[in-house]
Amino acid sequence: MSRLQVVSGKGGTGKTTVAAALALALATEGKRTLLVEVEGRQGIAQLFEAEALPYEERKVAVAPGGGEVFALAIDAELALLDYLQMFYRLGSAGRALKKLGAVDFATTIAPGVRDVLLTGKACEAVRRKDKKGRYVYDYVVMDAPPTGRITRFLNVNDEVAGLAKIGPIHNQAQAVMRVLKSPETAVHLVTLLEEMPVQETVDGIGELRDAGLPVGRVLVNMVRPSVVDVPVPTDVRRTDLAKALSSAGLGGARKGGLAEQLVDPLLAQAAEYEERVALEHGQRGLLTELGLPVHELELLTEGIDLAGLYRLATDLRKQGVA
Amino acid sequence: MTLDPVPALNVDPLIDDPTTRIIVCCGAGGVGKTTTAAALGLRAAERGRKVVVLTIDPARRLAQSMGIDSLDNIPRRVKDLDGDGAGELHAMMLDMKRTFDEIVEAHADPERAEAILNNPFYQSLSAGFAGTQEYMAMEKLGQLRARDEWDLIIVDTPPSRSALDFLDAPKNLGSFLDGKFIRVLMAPAKVGGRAGMKFLNVGMSVMTGTLGKLLGGQFLKDVQTFVAAMDTMFGGFRTRADATYQLLQAPGTAFLVVAAPERDALREAAYFVERLAAEEMPLAGLVLNRVHGSGAARLSAERALAAAENLAEPRIVDQDGGKEEREQGQLPDSPDSPDSTADAADTADTASTVSAASSGSTASSGSTASSGSGRPDARVSADSSADTSADTSGAQQLAAGLLRLHAERMQLLAREQRTRDRFTALHPEVPVTEVAALPGDVHDLAGLRDIGDRLASGDRPAGAA
Repeated sequence: MSRLQVVSGKGGTGKTTVAAALALALATEGKRTLLVEVEGRQGIAQLFEAEALPYEERKVAVAPGGGEVFALAIDAELALLDYLQMFYRLGSAGRALKKLGAVDFATTIAPGVRDVLLTGKACEAVRRKDKKGRYVYDYVVMDAPPTGRITRFLNVNDEVAGLAKIGPIHNQAQAVMRVLKSPETAVHLVTLLEEMPVQETVDGIGELRDAGLPVGRVLVNMVRPSVVDVPVPTDVRRTDLAKALSSAGLGGARKGGLAEQLVDPLLAQAAEYEERVALEHGQRGLLTELGLPVHELELLTEGIDLAGLYRLATDLRKQGVA
Repeated sequence: MTLDPVPALNVDPLIDDPTTRIIVCCGAGGVGKTTTAAALGLRAAERGRKVVVLTIDPARRLAQSMGIDSLDNIPRRVKDLDGDGAGELHAMMLDMKRTFDEIVEAHADPERAEAILNNPFYQSLSAGFAGTQEYMAMEKLGQLRARDEWDLIIVDTPPSRSALDFLDAPKNLGSFLDGKFIRVLMAPAKVGGRAGMKFLNVGMSVMTGTLGKLLGGQFLKDVQTFVAAMDTMFGGFRTRADATYQLLQAPGTAFLVVAAPERDALREAAYFVERLAAEEMPLAGLVLNRVHGSGAARLSAERALAAAENLAEPRIVDQDGGKEEREQGQLPDSPDSPDSTADAADTADTASTVSAASSGSTASSGSTASSGSGRPDARVSADSSADTSADTSGAQQLAAGLLRLHAERMQLLAREQRTRDRFTALHPEVPVTEVAALPGDVHDLAGLRDIGDRLASGDRPAGAA
C-alpha cells in the first residue's frame, strides 16, 4: 500500500470527508497516519469536531484497535519560514524576509512556490523517521486541491526544478518529484454518480496519467441506497394502488380520497427516481471503463459527524481500500 | 411548515434593470455557479439585453449546451435565442495566459514585450499558478466593462481555495508592488552588479545572497529581469485592479451568492455574505440550487414508513381496502388491535403471490396484456372487479416501495430545510430564490432556459417545507 495517499475530487464531492475516513481506516489496528490539509479551509478540524488546527501536527482521533490519526493544516507562509529555519538556519533572516514582503511574494505571487511548499511538507512527513529509524507515520493522507488543479499541483516541482536549475530549491523539488512519481504515492479521485463530477474524474485521470503520476482508485461518494425496484412495475392499476395505500391506513381509496390523492405525486417521484437510477447506471459504466478499482461509499443522510466518519472508515477497510 | 419571513429574490427586475451592468456569481465549488451564470445570461439576453457571460470554469458541457464547441478568450455569440431578437448572448472563458500576454503586448513597447514574453519566470507565472487566475479574472472584467459593448456582464468566480480570493487580488498586488522586496529584486538588474549593492543595506544584501542561494542564480536573474521589465507596467496593473475593485462596489454591480441546500455550501455562502458586507459589495441575494420538493408533502416520512411497514406485514393489512373513516394523523394499527383480523389462509395466499410478482411482472392478470405507454398513470383501469390477489399484492408491494421512496424524499426535505434555516437565522435580510433540483444535467439551451425559468419564478418546489 502506498504510503502517501493523495485524495482529490471535484468541489462538492466530499473529498475532505473521504480523506479523513481514509486516514482513520489506515490507522486501524495500531498504525499512525497523518492527515494533511493544504487548502486552509479547516475542514478537517470541523470533521473531527476539534478546534481550528494550528500549523502543528496534532492528534485528532483514535482509530479502532488503537491507531492514531494526526492532522496538520499546512500554512504556506509558516511552512516557508519553517523550511528556511530547518535547512538554512535562517531564523532571523526569515523574519527579515517576511518584513520585506518576500514571504508574501513567495507564497502568493511567485509561481508555484506555495504548491512546492505544500507538497514538500507532505513528502517530508512521508520520509520522516524517528531515532530508531522507523517511519514516524505509517501513512500520510493528503486532502489535496480539486481535480481541476491536482495534476498541476502535484507536478509543480517538475516545473520549479526546470526554473531553478541548480541550488537547494532545485534539489528539493526533484526529491519531492521522486516521491510523487513513485509507487510510494497513489492519487485517488472522489466523485459522485453525476455527469459533471464523472466527466471531471475521467479528464483528471487522463491528465494524471499523461503526467506520469500514479493513479490509485476511484471513490464514489454519497451513493444512495436503492429504495424501490427499478423499473417501477407498470402493470399495477391506479385503483389497486390507491386501495393498497388506503389499506395501509392512509385514507380513502375512492376518487378524491386522501389515499387516492397520493397516487399521482408518489408515481411522479418514482419516475424521477427511475430517471436518476438510469443516469447513475450510465455514469457507473463510464467509471468502470477507466480500468481502476472503483469503490462506493454510501450516502450518510444525517450528514457527516464523527460516527459517520468511523462508519465510512469501516466501509473502506471492508472494501480493501485500507 | 414554518412561517417564512425570508424576502424573495426577484431575478427578472434585476436583469431587466438597464442600470444593472455587472452580475457576479460566487459560491463554493460544485453548487452550479457556472450553470447559474449561463442560465441568467440566456434569460437576460432573451429579455432583450446584450449580455456577455465570462466563465472561469472550463466546463465543456456548458459550452456545448450553448452550441459552442469550446469557449476561449474571445466572446462568442450564442445562436438560436428566443425572444424578439433585440438581445444578444455572448460567452467566453477566461484564458489566463492569453489575457496576461495581451496586457503585456498592450502596455509595453515591442522589444520589452518580447523580453517579458520569453522570460521563463513569466511563462510559468502566466500559465496560471495559484493567484494569477484571480488577477486575470479581475483584469478581464475590467476590460469587458471598459469596451462598453455589452450592457450586462455576468461573471462566475474562480474555483479558488476561498472563492472570494479575487476580492483580495488588488490588495495583494498592491502590497507586493509597494513592498521593499520588489526593490531588492530590481536593484541588481537595474543598476547592475556591485554598484547596486552599495545602495542596499547589509540586511538586504544578505537577502539577495540568500535568495540566490535558495533559488539558484539563474532563477533569481530570471525573476529580476522579469520584475525590471514589468516595472513600467506594474503601475497600470494596480490602477486597473483598483478601478475594477471600485467597479464591483459601484451601483450597477450585483453579487449573487450561489449555494446548494447542504451544510458546507451554505456555511460558505454565509461567509460570502459576511465578506461582501465587509467589503461594501452590493449583494442582490442567494440562489439556492437543487432544492427538492414533493407533491405529497402532507404525508410525513414517519407516517409513510409506518404505512410501508404495515403493507409489508400482510398479517395486519386490512384487506377490505376501506379505511375512509380512519382519522388522518392516526397511527396505523398495532398488530394486536382489533382491526388486524386477516386470517392465516389469506396471509399464505398473499405471501405466495408477492414472490410471484417480484420475480417479474408476469404475475399480472390477463387484463394488462398489451400496455401502451407503460406508465402506470396511463393505465387507469375501469374494471376493479377483475381484482385478483396477484394484482393486490403487486399493488401493495409497489405502494410500500413508493412510500419508502417518499419517506426518503421527506427526510431530504427536512434536512434541506434545517440547513437553510441555519443560514436564514444568521442572515434573515438576504433575499432568496430557489431552483428545484433536476434529475440530470443541462445539455442544451432549452435546459438553460428551464433553469432560468426556475430562477425567475423562485417558487419553492411543491412541498418544500
